[in-house]
Amino acid sequence: MEYSVASMAIFRWIHFMAGVMWIGLLYYFNFVQVAALKDASADGTNAGITKHVAPRALFFFRWAALVTWLAGAALLGARFMPAFTLQPSAAMIGLGAWLGTIMLFNVWGLIWPNQKKILGMKPASDAEKATARRVAFLASRTNTMLSIPMLFFMGVGVHGF
Amino acid sequence: MKNPLDSLWGTVISGLILTVVLYYVAVNFLIKG
Repeated sequence: MEYSVASMAIFRWIHFMAGVMWIGLLYYFNFVQVAALKDASADGTNAGITKHVAPRALFFFRWAALVTWLAGAALLGARFMPAFTLQPSAAMIGLGAWLGTIMLFNVWGLIWPNQKKILGMKPASDAEKATARRVAFLASRTNTMLSIPMLFFMGVGVHGF
Repeated sequence: MKNPLDSLWGTVISGLILTVVLYYVAVNFLIKG
């Protein structure tokens, strides 16, 4: 499918804005909130973060992830299949797209379902909450790790060196 | 062995190493074939 220049510009704009929100909140969770919650739990002030900040951050985080992926898929257009099958002409952007896809799965398949248990939006025993906390933490850290090559391949795939 | 993802530095360094490995794979196996 061929898009007009204007359509491509709008898909790219949406992809960037949603991507900034998604990865910005991912880095907020990993670089700020995890350490802040640890300290806040120690002095009993964690309720403000878990009740008022985390649910809002998670809302924008998971929907921004989906919008980023959809806008990225639209932006790939006719290059969607060559990218996801890692053809030589689209290998770099394809690697970026695969990394982004794995990250999207982590958000909706691992982070969000487990965060619902942690934040009390879904009933869970203390043992289930402890497991959910570890799974959500590792999925979030995995996404932080994957974001580094993902952003590299997104940039190289479109702009080269 | 400690999980590198338990620390922020371990996470960032793992990401940088993964970038180099994937770039090598892309250039030598995906693009050159």
